[in-house]
Amino acid sequence: MSETTLGTASPQPADLAGPVQDVPHPLDEAAVGEAVARALAAFEAARNLDELKAARIAHTGEKSPLSLANREIGKLAKEDKAAAGKIIGPARGRLNKALAARTEELEAARDAQILVEEAVDVTAAPRRRRAGARHPLSVLQERVADIFVGMGWEIAEGPEVESEWFNFDALNFKPDHPAREMQDTFFVEPPEAHLLMRTHTSPVQVRSLLERDLPVYVLCPGKVFRTDELDATHTPVFHQFEGLAVDKGLSMADLRGTLEHFARQMFGEEASIRLRPNYFPFTEPSAELDIWHPGAKGGPRWIEWGGCGMVHPNVLRAAGIDPEVYSGFAFGMGIERTLMFRNEVSDMHDMIEGDVRFSEHFGMEI
Amino acid sequence: MRIPLSWLREYAQVPADATAEDVMAELVKVGLEEEDVHRPLDTLKGPIVVGQVLSAVKETQSNGKTINWCQVRVVPEGREQTLAGDGIDPSGVQGIVCGAHNFEPGDKVVVTLPGAVLPGDFRITPRKTYGHLSAGMIASVRELGIGEDHDGILVLSTLGLDPEVGSDALEVLGLYDEAAEINVTPDRSYCFSIRGVAREYAHATGTQFTDPAAAVTVVPADGAGYPVRIEDAAPIYGKPGCDRFVARTVRGVDPKRPTPPWMASRLRLAGIRSISLVVDISNYVMLELGQPLHFYDLDKLTGDIVVRRANPGETLRTLDDKVRTLDPEDLLITDGSGVIGIAGVMGGAATEVSDSTVNVLIEAAHFEEVSIARSRRRHKLPSEASKRFERGVDWQVADEAAQRAVDLLTELAGGTADAAATDVGTAPEPVVIELPAGFAAERIGVDFTEEQITGSLSDLGAGVEKYGSVNHGSVNHGSVTGDAKGDGGYLVTVPSWRQDLAIKEDLAEEIARLVGYDKIPATLPVAPPGRGLTRSQQQRRRVLQALADAGLTEVLSYPFVAKADNDTFGVAEAGAVRSAVKLANPLSDEHGYLRTSVLPGLLETARRNHSRGFRDLALYEAGLVFLPGDGPLGSAEIPPLGQLPAEEVLDGLDAGLPAQPLHIAAVFTGHESPAGAGHTPRPWDWADALDAARLVADVLGVELVVSQGSHQAFHPGRTAALSLRSGQLVGYAGELHPKLLAGRDLPARTVALELDADALFEAAADVVVARHISTYPLATQDVALVVDASTTAGEVLETLREGAGELLEDISLFDVYTGTGIGEGKKSLAFGLRFRANDRTLTAEEASEARAAAVALAAERFGAVQR
Repeated sequence: MSETTLGTASPQPADLAGPVQDVPHPLDEAAVGEAVARALAAFEAARNLDELKAARIAHTGEKSPLSLANREIGKLAKEDKAAAGKIIGPARGRLNKALAARTEELEAARDAQILVEEAVDVTAAPRRRRAGARHPLSVLQERVADIFVGMGWEIAEGPEVESEWFNFDALNFKPDHPAREMQDTFFVEPPEAHLLMRTHTSPVQVRSLLERDLPVYVLCPGKVFRTDELDATHTPVFHQFEGLAVDKGLSMADLRGTLEHFARQMFGEEASIRLRPNYFPFTEPSAELDIWHPGAKGGPRWIEWGGCGMVHPNVLRAAGIDPEVYSGFAFGMGIERTLMFRNEVSDMHDMIEGDVRFSEHFGMEI
Repeated sequence: MRIPLSWLREYAQVPADATAEDVMAELVKVGLEEEDVHRPLDTLKGPIVVGQVLSAVKETQSNGKTINWCQVRVVPEGREQTLAGDGIDPSGVQGIVCGAHNFEPGDKVVVTLPGAVLPGDFRITPRKTYGHLSAGMIASVRELGIGEDHDGILVLSTLGLDPEVGSDALEVLGLYDEAAEINVTPDRSYCFSIRGVAREYAHATGTQFTDPAAAVTVVPADGAGYPVRIEDAAPIYGKPGCDRFVARTVRGVDPKRPTPPWMASRLRLAGIRSISLVVDISNYVMLELGQPLHFYDLDKLTGDIVVRRANPGETLRTLDDKVRTLDPEDLLITDGSGVIGIAGVMGGAATEVSDSTVNVLIEAAHFEEVSIARSRRRHKLPSEASKRFERGVDWQVADEAAQRAVDLLTELAGGTADAAATDVGTAPEPVVIELPAGFAAERIGVDFTEEQITGSLSDLGAGVEKYGSVNHGSVNHGSVTGDAKGDGGYLVTVPSWRQDLAIKEDLAEEIARLVGYDKIPATLPVAPPGRGLTRSQQQRRRVLQALADAGLTEVLSYPFVAKADNDTFGVAEAGAVRSAVKLANPLSDEHGYLRTSVLPGLLETARRNHSRGFRDLALYEAGLVFLPGDGPLGSAEIPPLGQLPAEEVLDGLDAGLPAQPLHIAAVFTGHESPAGAGHTPRPWDWADALDAARLVADVLGVELVVSQGSHQAFHPGRTAALSLRSGQLVGYAGELHPKLLAGRDLPARTVALELDADALFEAAADVVVARHISTYPLATQDVALVVDASTTAGEVLETLREGAGELLEDISLFDVYTGTGIGEGKKSLAFGLRFRANDRTLTAEEASEARAAAVALAAERFGAVQR
């Protein structure tokens, strides 16, 4: 029903049901037509199903003028009955049809109205489900592992409380050499047990060589420990990943190629790496690894990323491997450090304090 | 190591306009790391000139202080003042108020004129003070940032200086110089000297190196010098603690002579405090040549010097005035009076040079690295000398360094050298390394030319001699060095200052380093087909991901805990002691143990979040816990380096490690979701903790058996013990003990769980066998049983399952009722049973029969009565 209809001379709701009009004579075509017109107007004027129901009763009910007129047919002379039937029948048929149409119209309007009334403010919705999150360090660690698994490498893990031999001696740290003090070590009591918290994941390299058949290509991610107080750039507990490949004929060019491939997976195709001479007891030659980070905060630049080199023959010997037959390369980087410059984390505290805002901001991806 | 550029320039061709940054950029190429720049002019700005005090009038002030009102000439008489500006007197004479009294008219001093800036952003301006306009300041060494002395102003004559009035005082004091600070790796001991760094600079730039040691003309030892004997009765690793001892005598040194400014400036830039000319000379020579020297006051020595190991109980009062008890392993310098020094570490107080020493005995010795390292560590005496000795000092340079010290003491301190010199000891065998011709090429992956190989090695100072038929460098992937002699190669004699070069790999690095690491190409080796992640690695990922998907947040905490934490969380019964790993050197004594449970750290993280305003939390952490077994920790012996230990030795090492299983813990506090409009969230409760534990088990396909548990950290009535079907206990879940929560500032009703993840991983089936899916109709039956209130629903359910037999498809508890009609101390448990057969439609009788059997078993076990 349109507003125009409502606003015009259509009958007021009170008139819809009646007053009951005079009953037209069944043979008075004009009077019947008027009754039909009144009925149609009443149906049209009904604004809802209740009003339509009232109009229906008034104009098509048992006591409506047309029903009563219809009843009058019986009283007519035999010869007039057919003529009256031809007048009243179609008139009633028209009304029923109009009534059905109007009913459908008003039902549709009612249904639509219900939906309108059921509308909600979606922005006021409560949050019923918790959004969980992995820790970004765990996610990054898995991502690194996936890159190497994709290259056919395996992921090796080992104990965090480690025997001094695996952490130092097997890695060619001479017992009294200052290199042993480069990594401030947590020792376990009693000292004569020679146990410590591993200072790097390199012991896992030696374990991998002892446990596996050659050639070996493994990545060793994990937690490591140094006696550094927590500050913006240091933490006594942090994560590393170290790679180790031992095969026949491996060279420093293979090391560079592997690192370059990895760097591009992590930082995009424009990333590249730079090697600078350095010293580690477990590699010879040794190198410091810088990464050209195209997306670095403040513009592309070289960033110190980790250490690497060719596995020292004494490390191979410690695992019973003949360094004259096999050679290998190894590299190691910090997960925290990588996350810091890759994802612009400026304070180590954020990574280790477990504030839910830090993890939840990352969600499940980094 | 800090390198003053003026010093480096004496031996390397550093461009005149090169800055410390430029020098470091070159040194980085050859493997030295940049550390810092030290440049006095960064904090010092002129005009700072030499002035001469014309007059100084003492004026006593009302505050009792006496000042000097000075007229100071800052431009030579007869010349014009060329400077201009506020407070610069055109006459060339400045009026300056000075509070110091250690000078008199005629003295030459350093005048900081208006416009000058001193360290600490101290700006000099003319200012009214004590009734005068003071236009400048007469500076002390501390104000100039070149010393500590603040007792008075710097009188230049005390430095032996008499520069022209008006000359640039910064120049006079050597303050235009600057230093590059580099980090020296432990293998490169020779870079703890200007000599070594200059050589590296030459390598980096391809320029000429002048060896400072070569500039010294050594007086040959004739045996008539100060008597010295080396008597090491207990060498470490069979190496004598001292294999060279050079001693020289210089007499008649003038102890009053000042250290010349150029030397003081270099020492200062190198980070060494100027003490006295004699002491400064010993440090200067050490920095220049890398040979630590020790000077004795000759007049305090008695009898022969003997180098020997300590006797038990011997003591020494060292230079720092502490009495140290010596260890029989300590190598000592002794004379007729007893111990006069711990060799290479620190000298004794009794024989040290003082400001009255006139006769000096110079010691330039070569000590063995391990011996020095151990003594240094034992006595906690890190020094410039021990730093060098324990990394290795050039055996050859001892006599040259001693001679250099003699020369400087003669030239600068007015001493006279004895003609006789002492030089005892045995030269070590030179190290000769066989380098197969193609080795460096193969190892580095660069096709080095013969010229690159021999050239690099000669530049290092090595002797290079060819042997066999040398056909140089071809990169040969996939092959091995093989019998190198067949291809020929090089016999490389390592220079005496490169103790770090011992094997052919070291030489490969040197060649690569000198040719440039940037020449190394990139090739990608192909690993053999791998197996991907191991099963337990995949299991771990799935579990951790599932917990996050379920709305928990992963956190990581430190494994360091208090003993009480382990005794609370690591063991179920209160009062028991949890054996745990104790750290020898924890960061804090409070957290001196390794965790036996992940919960203490996780609860601390929860508390931190809570205190930061996050009240609704669901956190989890996966990490190793450390559980020592019954056996002793560790192993007494460490196998030697560079060789494969026997299998039983390796097994012994592993047997000494504590068990380190992966644990997963979670904690829930507050509500399951944030409150919102029209949403009242449910508070977390004990069942959520249990549910999360079940989630972990479900992800792994492991059945978790839940029973009423008891653990001191948990609420005594709201704790589930979690076990495997085998009966193995794998964890707990439930509400934490209210007292524990109150003690840790956590809200009441905080719930938690902890699981031994490794045990769950292991319990997971390798291959899951599929279950037959029956499509025959379901028959359901309910039963309500009245049992004692203390009987658990879980026990009854398991019993019904057992009693119902194979036709039972599933069973669930749907109601627990106590109250009217049940009886005191009783409860009613209502179960829904679902029956289905694999091969037929069950009749109602069959289902009822099975139900009756189930009820009968429950009646037998628990006295259950059907309601």
